[in-house]
Amino acid sequence: MTGPNGRRRQAEPGRRRFLGYVLAAPTLVAAAELAPAPAAGARPASPDLTELLDLNDVMTAAALPTSGLITVEVQPDGTVSFALPRAEVGQGITTSTAMLIAEELALPPERVRVTLAEARPELLFNQLTGASNTTIATYTPIRVAAAVARHRLLAAAAAELGSPAAHLTLHDGTVRDRSGASVDIGTLAPKAAATRSEPVEVRLTAREDFKVIGRPHNRIDARDAVTGRKKFAMDLDVPGAKPTMVCRPPTINGKPGAVANLADVAAMPGVTDVVPIDTGVAVRAETFGQCVDAVRALRVDWLPGTAEGKSDQSVLRELAAAEPPMGLPPLTPHVEATFTFHFRSNSALEPNCAVADVRPDRAEVWSALKSPIVAKEAIAAKLGLPLGRVTVHIAQGGGSFGRKLFFDAALEAVEVSRRIGKPVKLMWHRADDSRQGRTHPMATSRVRADYAGGAVLGFKQRHTSVATDLGHGLGELFTAMAARLPVGDIGFSQTFFHLSQSMPYEFGLATRLLNETDKGFNTGSMRNVYSPDVTCARELIVDRLAAKMGKDPYTFRRDFLRDARSRAVLEKAAEAGDWGRQMPEGTAQGIAFHSEYKSVSAALVEIDCRPETVGRPIRDGVGGPRVIKAVFAVDVGLAVNPRGLEAQMMGCLMDGIALALTSSLHLREGHFLEASWDNYFYTRQWNTPPELQVIVMPDTSDEPGGAGELGVAASMAAVACAYGRATGTMPTVFPVNHGTLSFTPKPTVPPVPASPTDGLDHVR
Amino acid sequence: MPEHTFRLNGEQVTVDAADDERLLWVLRDVLGVTGPKYGCGINVCKACTSHLNGKAANPCAIPVGDLEATDEVTTIEGLADTVDADLHPMQQAWLDHDVVQCGYCQPGQIMAAVALVRRVAAEGREITDDDLDGIRNICRCGTYTRIRDAIRTGAERM
Repeated sequence: MTGPNGRRRQAEPGRRRFLGYVLAAPTLVAAAELAPAPAAGARPASPDLTELLDLNDVMTAAALPTSGLITVEVQPDGTVSFALPRAEVGQGITTSTAMLIAEELALPPERVRVTLAEARPELLFNQLTGASNTTIATYTPIRVAAAVARHRLLAAAAAELGSPAAHLTLHDGTVRDRSGASVDIGTLAPKAAATRSEPVEVRLTAREDFKVIGRPHNRIDARDAVTGRKKFAMDLDVPGAKPTMVCRPPTINGKPGAVANLADVAAMPGVTDVVPIDTGVAVRAETFGQCVDAVRALRVDWLPGTAEGKSDQSVLRELAAAEPPMGLPPLTPHVEATFTFHFRSNSALEPNCAVADVRPDRAEVWSALKSPIVAKEAIAAKLGLPLGRVTVHIAQGGGSFGRKLFFDAALEAVEVSRRIGKPVKLMWHRADDSRQGRTHPMATSRVRADYAGGAVLGFKQRHTSVATDLGHGLGELFTAMAARLPVGDIGFSQTFFHLSQSMPYEFGLATRLLNETDKGFNTGSMRNVYSPDVTCARELIVDRLAAKMGKDPYTFRRDFLRDARSRAVLEKAAEAGDWGRQMPEGTAQGIAFHSEYKSVSAALVEIDCRPETVGRPIRDGVGGPRVIKAVFAVDVGLAVNPRGLEAQMMGCLMDGIALALTSSLHLREGHFLEASWDNYFYTRQWNTPPELQVIVMPDTSDEPGGAGELGVAASMAAVACAYGRATGTMPTVFPVNHGTLSFTPKPTVPPVPASPTDGLDHVR
Repeated sequence: MPEHTFRLNGEQVTVDAADDERLLWVLRDVLGVTGPKYGCGINVCKACTSHLNGKAANPCAIPVGDLEATDEVTTIEGLADTVDADLHPMQQAWLDHDVVQCGYCQPGQIMAAVALVRRVAAEGREITDDDLDGIRNICRCGTYTRIRDAIRTGAERM
C-alpha cells in the first residue's frame, strides 16, 4: 500500500493511484509531497554507473525522506495559484508548471498563477534549481496536487448541482451536469475547501488523454516581459533600498586595505554611505550613476587575492601536473589527443544583484536564487540571526546559466545593510561580474581510444579541471548521498562527474576519471558542468576514430551507438540536415551526439571557415567562422511543452557556438582581462546560424527528462567537429580564437569603466 | 541640483539631477521607470535601448543635461502608446513567436527592432539578413533566431 511517504499505491489494477492531501483552509487547497520515489528494482549490471542511477535520480532521491508539501490553491475568482519551489531564470518552468496544473484541472494555462516560493528550509534539497532537474522532479507531484483539487471540485459541484460526480464534466473552469446546469470553480472553491486536512486518493489524467501537456504553449510571462512590466530584483521598489555598488580589487578575490579618501568620497554628490566590507569598499548613493562615479573615485590599498600572479599558462601547468594517470599506450592502433578548455564567464545579462534590509533582529532579502535554502542558512549564519528571522524572497531572474546557484550579491547586500543600518539595492557592475564573478573552470581532457579490425577496444578520458565550486547545496546533496552510492569513498565532484557523464557508444572498456586542482578561483557550473567539454573532446576523437577506421563520421556514430533511441535522434538530425551533401572548400558539416538527464540529443551544423567569412569586419566584436546552418534533434522522453523545449535547444546551441568559437576569459597576472560584453564574446546576431531547425522527437516515455542544459554539449561538439572538417585540422584549444586577444583590456584600477557621455552621437 | 525637462512616454517630466547623470539612472532610480535594463553601463550590451525622438538610443550613455525640453524619450513602457492598439505590432510579433526566455534583454531588443524597421523603411527597402546581423543587443539566453523571425513579422505589420 502506501510507502513511507504515502504517494504511490502499489498492486492496484489499472492506472496508478497517488495519494495527495486536501488542507484545512478557507478556500480549496490541495497538496502533494514533492518528488516521487525513483523506479525501484534492479537494473541490469553495466559498466556505466549512469545506467544504474543518474544524477537526477540522486537529486530526486535525496529529497525523499523530508519532503514538504506543495500546494495548489483554487481561488474564489476562479484562478488557480501555485508557488513553485524553484527559480525561473528564463528556462520556462513557470509555463510548463502552469501546463501541468491546467491539464489536471481542465483549465487554460492562463488561469494558473505560478509564483516563486520563498525559501522553505523544510524542503531541504528540494528547492534547488539545477542540473535540468525541475520538470523531472515535479512532474508527478504537481499533477497529483491538481488532481486532488479536481476531485474536490467535482465533489462540491455534485452537492451544488444535485448530480452524481460521475455525471459531471469539468472544462474551462466550469463544471456542468447532464442537464446543462453549471457552476464555476471559483464559486466552488470555498465549498470544496476542507475543515480538516486529510489524504485524498487520485488517478492522474492518462497520457493518451492529455490536452495541454505535449502541445506547444507560449510562455505565460511573455506579455509582462514585452511590455516592461516584468520585475527583476533591481526593479523592485523596496522602501529605502538605495543603489549600492562595491569598489573591487584589481586581482581575483583581493582584499581591501586602507582607504585613502573615504571621507572625500562620502561627500560626493548623492553618496549616503561608504563602508569597507569583506570583498571591497561599498558605496551607497541616490543613483547607480553616482555609485559608479564614487567607486571610480575611491583610492584603496589592495591586498593580494587567491590567484596572485597566475595566468592561463601557469594554470595549464597546474592542470598537467594534476592529470590522472592514463597508463602506457596500448600496442593496438590508437588515437590520442589532449584538449584545452579555457576559463569562461557564466555571467547572465542581469548581473549579480540583491536587495537587503537588515535590522538588528531580522533580515529580509530579495534576489533571484536557485539555492535559496542554502542562501538563507548562509545569510543567517553571517548575520548571527536565527533562521526564522531571515526571509528570502525569490525574484524573477534575468538569466542564470549556473550563476544564480550562488548568492554572492545577497551575502554582500546583507553585510552592507547591517554595517550601515539601512536597506540597500546592491548591484555588481558588469566589469565586476566579468572579472570577479563566477567562471566555468579551465580544464583539459586527454582522450585515448584504441581499435582493431572494426571494433573500438577501449576508450579512456582523463578530465582535469580547476575545482568547480558546488558549495551551493548541490555539493551538500552529493556529500550526503555519496555513502549510499556505489562509487566508493570519493568526494562530491567526482560523484557528480561519474553520475553525469556516460559513454553512449560501444567502445569496449571505457573509463573516465576526473581530477581537480586549485581552489583559488570563483567557479561554478555554466549551463551544465562537465558535459560540454567532456563531450566535445569525445566527439572530436570519435571523428578521428572514424577517419582512421575508414568510416563516415555519421555512419560510424550510428553503428556504435548503444541504443535505438540514441540512433533515432542521430538519424533524424542527419536526415533533416542532409548529412554528406557536397559543400564548398572551407566549409563543412559536423555532427555530434550527447545523452544526459534521461534525454538524448544530436546536432548537425554547417560551418563556413573561409577567410572572407572569418575576417568579416565586426565593430567591437569578433566574427570568426560562421555557423550557417544548424539542425538539432532532441528526445526528452516526454516533452511537456515542445515550444519551450525548442527554445531551450536554440539557447543551448547559441552557447555551444560561443564555447567552441568565441567565448573565453584570458587570465593574466591574477585577473581576467575581460571586463564587459565588448571583450567577452558571447554569441551575437552576427554569429548565429541564419538557418536553424529544432526537431522534437515523438515521446518515448511516460516521464519527462531534463532539457535546460541538455543541448549545449552536442552543439559545442558539432561545431568543433565541423570546424575540424572544414579546416582539415582538429581543434584542440577552446574556444578556437583564444590565442588571439581581440580587444584592448580595460584598466583594473579603477575597477569599473567610466560611464560614456557620447550617447547622442549614436542615436540611429 | 539642476532641473531637467524632457518628454517621457508622451508626458512632459521635470527632474532634479546633475547634468551628467546618465539618463538610464534618471529613468530607473529617479523616475522609477524600470523597463530599460542595466547590462553593462558602457553602451555595448544595448539592454537599455529606448527611443529618442523615435530612434534607438542608449540612455546609459546620455547625460540628462544633453536633452532638450522638446526631446521625446520613449521606453518600452510607452511603446504601445505610439500605436492605436494594446500592444505595438513588434510586441505582438514577440508574443506570436514566443521569443522571450528570461526577458531581461527583451525590452531593449524590441526597441532596437522597432527603430531598425523604421530606419530600413525610411531607406525604402526591406530588412535583410545583414540588417539582422547588425543588431548589437545581446541575449544571453540565446533567443536570437526567434528575434530575427519576430522582427520580420513585426516589420510586415508596422
